[in-house]
Amino acid sequence: MNAIFNPGDPVQVRKGSPPGHIRTPFYIRGCRGRIERIAGKYRNPEELAFGRFDAPIVPLYRVRFRQQDVWPDYLGNLEDTLDVEIFEFWLEPSNLNNI
Amino acid sequence: MKSQNTNETKSQNAVPTTYYQFMEISVRELLIEKGLLSKDDIRKAVKDMDSRGPELGAQVVAHAWADAQFKQSLLKDAPSAVKKFGIDIGPLQLMVVENTEKVHNLIVCTLCSCYPRMLLGLPPDWYKSSEYRSRAVREPRSVLREFGTEIPDEVQVRVHDSTADLRYLVLPQRPAGTEHLTEHELAALVKRDSMVGVTIIPEFSS
Repeated sequence: MNAIFNPGDPVQVRKGSPPGHIRTPFYIRGCRGRIERIAGKYRNPEELAFGRFDAPIVPLYRVRFRQQDVWPDYLGNLEDTLDVEIFEFWLEPSNLNNI
Repeated sequence: MKSQNTNETKSQNAVPTTYYQFMEISVRELLIEKGLLSKDDIRKAVKDMDSRGPELGAQVVAHAWADAQFKQSLLKDAPSAVKKFGIDIGPLQLMVVENTEKVHNLIVCTLCSCYPRMLLGLPPDWYKSSEYRSRAVREPRSVLREFGTEIPDEVQVRVHDSTADLRYLVLPQRPAGTEHLTEHELAALVKRDSMVGVTIIPEFSS
């Protein structure tokens, strides 16, 4: 499975709350950021956790968020950032350019 | 996995065995009973874990300060660069993030307690606390202040949440007044907390 996003692409984290072993922190769901880099491909840990050792291999990204886009009341430098590792199936393209 | 013998701990400290300690003992005994692991395997793994400490990370940092070429390769491809220290990071990825006059980096794992054990050994208790894990992403500057680290407003704070297969090490800024020090002396200045990003290394005065 080839990575569909490239560094710099604007993305939005899906808002879902599926049951099970989830590797996307709750606080970042729904937030918009940009791909910082493609961080390799790994077997989906959300399936590995249930013993599916042939789980599909999925791209992992480091996504960079501006703190003010994650926490609207963030105090501090407006350029402060938060980088989170997120698997591709948690990401959607974002058409907003102001991030 | 606990390195000490749980029964011994119990008799000495009279602390009741917790649910998770029982679970650890049960799983360990099952693995041994089924022949998947031996007691020696476990002893060796615990010994290896205990033998690693932040000194390794400090050596890597001091070398990066002393050798600009090594620093470049460390920032570009840390897993290959640290091999010369005999460090094998296995299937994980390692990323070294550099503190500069304009950027300060801070490492956290909000989901559990992912930590660059191959370079720093076992994580301290505060790193695993839910307070640090939740606040480091929400109000990093306040958390840093509580560690005695004041980051000027114009310096960008970058928080790295280690949620999957990457592990991070902060390359602290080399303190002023260290130009004449040997690599060995430099390494002695590099403490664990500065490589997690909660502290900065103070100016050196002999």
